[in-house]
Amino acid sequence: MNEFRSRLERERPYLLRYASLQLRDPHAAEDAVQETLVAALAGEASFAGRSNLRTWLTGILKHKVIDAIRRMSRETAADPDTADFDALFVENGHWADPPQAWADPDASLEQSRFFAALQACLERLPAKTAQAFMMREHLGLETGEICKELGVSTTHCWVLLYRARMALRECLEKSWFKDR
Amino acid sequence: MKITCKEASRLVSRGLDRELGWGERARLRLHLAICEGCANFSKQMQFLRKALSRLAEQSKP
Repeated sequence: MNEFRSRLERERPYLLRYASLQLRDPHAAEDAVQETLVAALAGEASFAGRSNLRTWLTGILKHKVIDAIRRMSRETAADPDTADFDALFVENGHWADPPQAWADPDASLEQSRFFAALQACLERLPAKTAQAFMMREHLGLETGEICKELGVSTTHCWVLLYRARMALRECLEKSWFKDR
Repeated sequence: MKITCKEASRLVSRGLDRELGWGERARLRLHLAICEGCANFSKQMQFLRKALSRLAEQSKP
């Protein structure tokens, strides 16, 4: 095994974590990482001279992840999630239970337990909702690109993002902020 | 021109994904000024974005 190859192998756990977070499917994550490492091995020459191996690999992995999301969304064309948030509002459009201010949220950002709670909440989102949300907030894509990748209308895209935010807010409130 | 909390919450979310029109922005601002629940909601949405970008930073090299 040459030296470049073993340097690539050392990045595998990191890449796997990154891909799992985006894809939430261990097999799809494995595949994306494998494809990335194969591409990296074939493209060793194009890495030459770059300073950071991990950054370069993450760049390749991003594209593999997007490909995987595209494949997955084709396979699950119909979004089974129709959970409605109408229950949160009373008939006249006001909150049934108005949001209360969260106590010192910025302090939570310093706690690793907070991020564990956030991850747990993300994992509870329905697949497509989570994909749209992660593409927006984690990969920083624009809504137009997200709709295209997921093959849904712009309106549907906004609804997915709205649902994700509403669900995360509720989940974090219950699992983290309630007892603070 | 008044909007409900439900509409306000949608506009808050949408405002994170595209620039709101002048009218939308004005109606939302007016609503947030008088509705504590929605003002809290709006702050929580800003916080959520911040938390996610922190999470993304953590998984960066």
